[in-house]
Amino acid sequence: MSQTLAEKVWAAHLVRSAAGEPDLLYIDLHLVHEVTSAQAFEGLRVAGRQVRRPELTLATEDHNVPTTPGPIVDLVSRTQVETLRHNCEEFGVRLFPMGDDGQGIVHVIGPQLGLTQPGMTVVCGDSHTSTHGAFGALAFGIGTSEVEHVLATQSLPLQRPKTMAIEVTGALPAGVTAKDLVLGIITQIGTGGGQGHVIEYRGEAIRGLSMEGRMTVCNMSIEAGARAGMIAPDATTFDYLKGRPHAPQGADWDAAVAYWQTLVTDDDAVFDKVVHVDATALSPWVTWGTNPGQGAPLSGRVPDPRDSSDERALAYMDLTPGTMLHDVAVDTVFIGSCTNGRLEDLRAAADVLRGRQVAPGVRVLVVPGSVAVKHDAEAEGLHEVFEAAGAQWRGAGCSMCLGMNPDKLDPGQRSASTSNRNFEGRQGPGGRTHLVSPPVAAATAITGRLTAPADL
Amino acid sequence: MDPFTTHTGRAVPLRRSNVDTDQIIPAEYLKRVARTGFADGLFRAWRNDPAFVLNDPRYDGATVLVAGPDFGTGSSREHAVWALQDYGFRAVVSPRFADIFRGNALKGGLLPVELPDDVVASLQDIVEADPDAEVTVDLVDRVVRAPGLDAAFVIDDYTRWRLMEGLDDIGLTLRNADDITAYESRRANWMPVTN
Repeated sequence: MSQTLAEKVWAAHLVRSAAGEPDLLYIDLHLVHEVTSAQAFEGLRVAGRQVRRPELTLATEDHNVPTTPGPIVDLVSRTQVETLRHNCEEFGVRLFPMGDDGQGIVHVIGPQLGLTQPGMTVVCGDSHTSTHGAFGALAFGIGTSEVEHVLATQSLPLQRPKTMAIEVTGALPAGVTAKDLVLGIITQIGTGGGQGHVIEYRGEAIRGLSMEGRMTVCNMSIEAGARAGMIAPDATTFDYLKGRPHAPQGADWDAAVAYWQTLVTDDDAVFDKVVHVDATALSPWVTWGTNPGQGAPLSGRVPDPRDSSDERALAYMDLTPGTMLHDVAVDTVFIGSCTNGRLEDLRAAADVLRGRQVAPGVRVLVVPGSVAVKHDAEAEGLHEVFEAAGAQWRGAGCSMCLGMNPDKLDPGQRSASTSNRNFEGRQGPGGRTHLVSPPVAAATAITGRLTAPADL
Repeated sequence: MDPFTTHTGRAVPLRRSNVDTDQIIPAEYLKRVARTGFADGLFRAWRNDPAFVLNDPRYDGATVLVAGPDFGTGSSREHAVWALQDYGFRAVVSPRFADIFRGNALKGGLLPVELPDDVVASLQDIVEADPDAEVTVDLVDRVVRAPGLDAAFVIDDYTRWRLMEGLDDIGLTLRNADDITAYESRRANWMPVTN
């Protein structure tokens, strides 16, 4: 029977399927961080259970980590990180702690190590686990009860999701990035557009993306409400994986690639829902509201509100309809996160900032997604480009993507941010967030207003 | 998990769409390592606004939240469910829930009830006109009742049974531990390990 990519991966992981029950799915890789795991480990302890497969589990410290040198000052944050360390030691889970060369944002280190591979099931107590779908893995965020479930059983009972194709026709115009593409998609289908579905991104523009770009697109699938986002693996995927520390080698590599090449949607497979997106119509994109579906071309204006939700968002964002978006001034620029904190993102930002200066009074944080990304960027001299321009070059972590560590907006401050959520207060209570791509963030840093590189 | 069969209580109308989990419980509260004590963080930023509906004393003690569409979008934080439960909510009614939030709610026994937009709007009208109106969320008959309203909702048999029995998912899965072991024996030997 013809199957979509998602259906193939689902079928390959069925532990048990019985009428009237959710399917029981095997989990190949369980990623863990400090924020959503403490209560899960405690649950195991109370029930006298062990971690079933510690060797399929990997932990890192990311959300609470300060990006400047030194220990965690906030006592509650420090306790949470220390709790993870204690739990990993007690239950035999490998951990990359702060200061370790392997440390970084959970969704950056999995791919970087070659642990994320096509056709796998990957879960983490973090909604941006959808990132790993860029490899043709079925990857999704779970809650803490499910984290405990996977720790105890290496499996999850799940209702079979529906499938959705996003067919991106045409090629992205020059200067338009994967981030602009996914922001454009979410503007088109809305924050509930993917609800109950696994999205498969397809078409010429998707095939043309690097693995980093594909990760950016899949990362924000959750912002469209989808359970997961996937892209069928191809030569780009295999080239990225080959030689990485946890990728198969020798005859195993050949066996793996032979299997991975079967992970495509069959020609006559049927999706529950199909959406068409015209890549050629896209341009540098920016959000103006307080959910990621409230976006517009940066060359345009703040729109008139369509409903009370838009009115509320405009009030929170302190924006007037009709204002040119390129006239909106910011005081902070954040370049980083699991959406845009990889080497390619930093290169794109550095290309814009090279030989230029950050506008007076604008705070610019450049935060690599992992220690490895930091080292790679420094080997290329990118840190010198950022520092010469007047930006701050920081250590690896989630940083200003969310208000759990010292990197925050103050009330009333406005940022251009390469992260994934522009919710009220997301980057700090009272802070205002415009989601953008790394090149737009860098250009904005130079002018102090929302700016596309082409307009510099 | 406590069993859920039927619940009757007063309800709060939250006329907002896209209530994301950062609004339900801000990140600052996620630093804690316990499962309880999150009520003070519930809708923290909005509770600074005297006009916010949860600050209206007429809704003190309400146990059903009636929200706009796309409730619980964003982060996977189960703390959002814990905060709603700690505050006293037993059920949330919305035209549409984010998938992860819905899953988390079902794990913890906070019943997410999906009803059409117009029915949710009617329910909000009813409890806005009379904050003392009693709302019944009946999982046994899969129906929500309020004065002048009787609305059937959909929930699959398995989930309903698990909630009504108050069963722990891990315990249920471990009944099939042999199936997990059998699956593990079939996995390709080149699949990655983390150590």
